[in-house]
Amino acid sequence: MKMELIQPFINSADAVLSQGLQGTTQVASLSMEEDGYRRKGVAGMVALSGDVEGRIILDLDPQTALRVASHYAGAELPESDELIRETIFELANQVVGNAVSALNDQGFHFRVHPPLLLTSNEGDRSSEDVEALMICFETSLGNVFMNVALRYNKRRMADHAAAGQ
Amino acid sequence: MEQFAPVNRSKDGQPVRYLIVDDSVFARKNLARMVESFGGQVAGEAGDGLTAISEFDRTHPDIVLMDITMPQMEGIEAAEKIVQAHPEARVVMVSSVGYQENIVAALQRGARHFVQKPVKPEVLYEVIKYVLGEDGAVANAAGSGI
Repeated sequence: MKMELIQPFINSADAVLSQGLQGTTQVASLSMEEDGYRRKGVAGMVALSGDVEGRIILDLDPQTALRVASHYAGAELPESDELIRETIFELANQVVGNAVSALNDQGFHFRVHPPLLLTSNEGDRSSEDVEALMICFETSLGNVFMNVALRYNKRRMADHAAAGQ
Repeated sequence: MEQFAPVNRSKDGQPVRYLIVDDSVFARKNLARMVESFGGQVAGEAGDGLTAISEFDRTHPDIVLMDITMPQMEGIEAAEKIVQAHPEARVVMVSSVGYQENIVAALQRGARHFVQKPVKPEVLYEVIKYVLGEDGAVANAAGSGI
């Protein structure tokens, strides 16, 4: 996977988490997810279609998700609160939206789909043209995992090239 | 949350009334807390564009804060329909998808302004004052707002 696609998502997650959690955020690790995706806890997935296709998953273990959602809510939330899931969805949405905005300004065109709750414990393995990267962000409230799996839509890209865009 | 000098309606000194449209409950709560910190009042909420149109007709808010990516009807289309029916409507798009095409499309179809998520309260506050123009007044220390 080309870093030109990944870097905007890393930058966006860093900015969204730093601003929202009002603290420093740093990338603790970045690795290829060769054995397929394994969910950590509360996971929101945002799908992309267009010149680049794929999905981004924001995944937090249950206790970190609770701390993050409580921080945003300004009050301690119960562990079962629906707002925890909503918070992770919105964070995923913001990370993807900001990254897509940067990529769009570089000429990539996308459609962002509404976030979905990821319920399965395991996801697809990387394949020949789809590579999944797992990035772990260290925040003051715990680790936030972002899994990015994208591939170029060759037909769309060829159409743009033919149209001189 | 930081407190701001209240922005009221200049015609009657009453709080500015907002319709908040976003499919995320989290985002609606967050925006509601922000507008309340500006002295505003939440007149209604909607989770999609279709409901936003009916809520606008029901509540007649001073300002609509409208997300873009939503189920059923997206925000730009809903903004256009609201402005067609109510040319005086003030719609501010609030979205994480802030690329130029989206912003231009929203403004061409009737939105007054665009704020990118994550929303900074101080940015939204300035946008609200700008969009209200002479119809809004920042309350003085006595809180008269006129």
